Amino acid sequence: MFLSMNWIQDFVDLSDLDKIELIHKFSLSTAEVENEIFYKGSDISGIVVAEIKSVEPHPDSKKLHLLKVDAGGGELTDVVCGAPNVREGMKTAFAKIGAKIGEITISPRPLAGYTSNGMCCSEAEIGISDDNSGIMEICDDVPNGTDLKEIYEIEDIIFEVDNKSLTNRPDLWGHYGIAREFAALAGRKLKPIAVDDLKAYDSLAKIDMKIEDPLCQRYSCLQVENITRTVSPVNMRIRLYYCGMRGINFLADLTNYLMLEMGQPMHAFDSRKVEKIRIKRFDKPFVFRTLDGADRNIDENTLMICNGDLPVAIAGIMGGLDSEIVDDTTTLTLESATFDAASIRKSTVRLSHRTDASMRYEKSLDPEMTDVAIARFVNLLKKYDSGIKIVSSLTDEYAFHYDNVTLNFDKKFVDRYTGIEINNDEIVKTLTSLGFKVTLDNDNFTVGVPSWRATKDVTIKADIIEEITRIYGYDNFDINTTRSPLYPVRTATVKNNEDRIKDILVKKYNLHELHSYVWAYNDELKTLNIPVENNVKLANATNPNIETIRNSIIPTQLCQVKLNSSYSADFGIFEIGRVVNGVDENNLCIENKKLAVTLFSKTKDIKTLYFELRDMLAVITDDIKHKQLSYQTAEAKHSYEHPVNLNTILIDGKEIGTIGIVHPTVSKKVDKKTNIVFAEIDMNEFSSSDSLGIIYEEPSKFPPIDYDISLDIPSGVFYSSLTECWKNEGGEILKNTKIVDTYDTDTVHSITVRFEFSSNERTLSSSEVQDIMDKVIANLKQIGVNLRNS
Amino acid sequence: MDNKITILKDEINDKLAKTANLIDLDKIRVAYLGKKGSITALLKGMKDLSAEERKSFGAEVNKLKAFAAEKIEEKITELKEKEVEKEIASMPQFDVSTPVDLTRGSYHPITLVQRQCETIFKSMGFTVEDYPEVVTDYECFESLNIPKHHPARDMQDTYYLDNGQLLKSQTSAAQNAILKKYGKNLIENGVPIKAIFPGRCFRNEATDACHENTFFQMEGVMVDKDISISNLIFFMKTMLSEVFQKDIKVRLRPGFFPFVEPGFELDISCLICGGDGCPSCKHSGWLELCPCGMIHPNVLSEGGIDPEKYTGFAFGLGLTRLAMMKYGIKDIRDLNSGNLKSLSQFTDDE
Repeated sequence: MFLSMNWIQDFVDLSDLDKIELIHKFSLSTAEVENEIFYKGSDISGIVVAEIKSVEPHPDSKKLHLLKVDAGGGELTDVVCGAPNVREGMKTAFAKIGAKIGEITISPRPLAGYTSNGMCCSEAEIGISDDNSGIMEICDDVPNGTDLKEIYEIEDIIFEVDNKSLTNRPDLWGHYGIAREFAALAGRKLKPIAVDDLKAYDSLAKIDMKIEDPLCQRYSCLQVENITRTVSPVNMRIRLYYCGMRGINFLADLTNYLMLEMGQPMHAFDSRKVEKIRIKRFDKPFVFRTLDGADRNIDENTLMICNGDLPVAIAGIMGGLDSEIVDDTTTLTLESATFDAASIRKSTVRLSHRTDASMRYEKSLDPEMTDVAIARFVNLLKKYDSGIKIVSSLTDEYAFHYDNVTLNFDKKFVDRYTGIEINNDEIVKTLTSLGFKVTLDNDNFTVGVPSWRATKDVTIKADIIEEITRIYGYDNFDINTTRSPLYPVRTATVKNNEDRIKDILVKKYNLHELHSYVWAYNDELKTLNIPVENNVKLANATNPNIETIRNSIIPTQLCQVKLNSSYSADFGIFEIGRVVNGVDENNLCIENKKLAVTLFSKTKDIKTLYFELRDMLAVITDDIKHKQLSYQTAEAKHSYEHPVNLNTILIDGKEIGTIGIVHPTVSKKVDKKTNIVFAEIDMNEFSSSDSLGIIYEEPSKFPPIDYDISLDIPSGVFYSSLTECWKNEGGEILKNTKIVDTYDTDTVHSITVRFEFSSNERTLSSSEVQDIMDKVIANLKQIGVNLRNS
Repeated sequence: MDNKITILKDEINDKLAKTANLIDLDKIRVAYLGKKGSITALLKGMKDLSAEERKSFGAEVNKLKAFAAEKIEEKITELKEKEVEKEIASMPQFDVSTPVDLTRGSYHPITLVQRQCETIFKSMGFTVEDYPEVVTDYECFESLNIPKHHPARDMQDTYYLDNGQLLKSQTSAAQNAILKKYGKNLIENGVPIKAIFPGRCFRNEATDACHENTFFQMEGVMVDKDISISNLIFFMKTMLSEVFQKDIKVRLRPGFFPFVEPGFELDISCLICGGDGCPSCKHSGWLELCPCGMIHPNVLSEGGIDPEKYTGFAFGLGLTRLAMMKYGIKDIRDLNSGNLKSLSQFTDDE
């Protein structure tokens, strides 16, 4: 919304004050002002009122005329002019030699064989309207030679307020409300707005008007006759234009002017079309033509202004074409009303039609304003068109009253909220300047909220704090830390585990952390032959590609791996992110946080890559939990999982995730010659496993004994079943076992296992070690594992 | 006999002079000083001499022995030095100016910025909370003083799910749960609520270089008996100065958010121009960074905390925005692109 400093100063005397500084203050205390400030008229000088004394056609040009112009002092100046509307006796705006318009300085100029000693200007050239159809016509009776700036408000400072920052301030949608803020900020007095006394017309007949729907809060109207003026006063047109509105005609301009001044939208009907005003909704939808000529679908929720049963306007949004003021209109009915804000907002959305009026109604306008606005309208109307006649009494139905809001609080409350000292006098002064009724009794405040702030904006004590502090100025605040007591804080295990996992994967394994979206990437997955699995869906997705919420991060990572397949021959990515695995019995999403890791390699064989990933998870678990993972062969359930190499990962015997090789049909889609492996672990399950911590063991002072055995491993026997063979035989003294050698041919898989024995109490005898090993070897035999070459 | 000693002495000198390595030198040592060596033999041969001769000859032989030992020792030192010299001479000079392979892992830039913020707040006694991405209408709106049909719900286009839940449009969705989680400890034991909750938020909007439907915020709340606007400004200024590692100027403007009262928009002095005005800050010298305010009494009440007794502040810092500003990322979509060419650059930043 554009605001005029001149207009504001109609209501508050800001003389001798730095206006730009005030606008800046306004931006910090009230609502955000856009950065660019417009200094209207500052680039114009030397334009005067001049009378065209004679008009001669140019001998060689159809368009040009040769004029003699009196620009003051009676001396005539020769001017060549191309405007179509030149005529003898006309007064216009004239740029004399030496005048400045923007970058141009007017000088004598040859034009089609004649010299033009100045220029007659259009309103657009002066910058006071967009009318460039002809030169400006000055109807006001002013002496020739008068500087235009002396009679018209061409010079003004215009600034723009971000509408969004006025969302909760219905009172700031007109200059009068803005002037109140400036008055408070500048410490000056707000002047009352000049209004006509409408009581004078109380004896006249009332208009037939009735509110038939609770969505209309108040409806005020008045009939006026004998409006003869058609063109608005220049200053009014300038203000409207500077504030972003086009001049139309006097009546339309005046309703707009009122809206920009008081924030109250108004509408003028041809009285013949609204003999019986009814405000209501309709049972059935219908099509309605608004005054902009558009046909709009009205449904049963849209509030309408009607003449009896015939709709004539969409309440709060726009008038109808058929009830508009036309050339032969003699009597008009002026509407000033308030409607339910939410209803107007929803209608606006349904109709996809936002107007200057609806924008204001959406903010919950003050119903107290409707009759004042009419009184102001009549005041201006009379001022500019003295022959007008009021032909009805003010007809007013006030159906819905907001509650009066009175707030009680004490100085301590203010101190506690602000954390600084703002004294009672300053509090009273600030609130009073903003229109609050304040009484102070021994540090206890009673504050009556003015109606224009009480529609939704100021309802509780905390709202008052905002009023006090914003005018005080946040820049003026002393800033301090709290005096709260200190207590230790503990980071949640999940968070702690996450951070450590990220560190290990990045620092030890050079993996890259990526982020991805929470939905499945339909299009990308299609190219990998991975179907999107059924899951919870977005109800209002605008893009079908992002409809289904993912149930695993792995498919997403396969898309990412494909995207990066030319990045490097070997890389790994990971993410700790969310998935949804269906809904629970209450129809609430089962959301899980997962660690997903995918490794890509064109250089390593698949087994090496797979074991690299396995080792990463083992190191993570050992580092964070001091525990070991175990694995179970799993059956592939998803299209990207390899049917042979897929394992469930367990911690403390509890399933926490999956590790596997990517199905060759999918990996070939990613890249013809690559190996891809993946793992996904549930972060909450992982985190809920306790850490065993470091268990320190004193190094033995006695010599250890290592005992190696080489074993032929039949296919289908896993190392995990070998460990069962010695788990219960080694006792205290078997400290560790490890594979020290492997030997593989096409037919034989053989490993050498080293058993490390030691004791902290004594030197071990070889016979006791041999006894244990004999039992181990016997156990191994039982499961078909024999010593090599035996 | 003296003659023999002189001969041996000359011989030793001669041989040592010709020796070029430690192995030969050891042979010489054995040949003269070993059990069967020439000098040892001289001593053994003394038994045939008279006591008088033995005394003087013995002294001579011992002198010779000491002489030989010393010469050999000298020679050892000399040869060892020569060996080191040789080793040094054979050592090529390495060119350390060659390119370095810096291939290593990387964090997502959001992780880096988030960690920095967490560290700062943890140092001031805040807990770090985690919260789901799928939330209910109550969590995201109702509990935050945004009843149904409130215009504020239009301000953010929310992704709704077909089961009636929604993807959280703001980290504030966790506020109610956090107030409830820590409220008891506040009321019963006087332990202030100090928490930050970083998280991912979603808005149903078209994406371009400046807009994303998925982004990170970090919400923070502090509630205690006398938390004030003055405290809020202090915490915001301190935190931002720590994040950017310089003294940051902040300013507050009134801002309307249903869950705070008073509510503010917090601006920081432009990081590019320092406040003089440049295209980045649209020539205003300020960047809008973070909505914040005093927690609305209705939000406190809904969280089970008496607004007459307690006050608190809340802020919602745009982590995504912060990361972009900190690292000069121009296109917001880079962050979720999964593209390693851009994202592998964030190796670490503590």
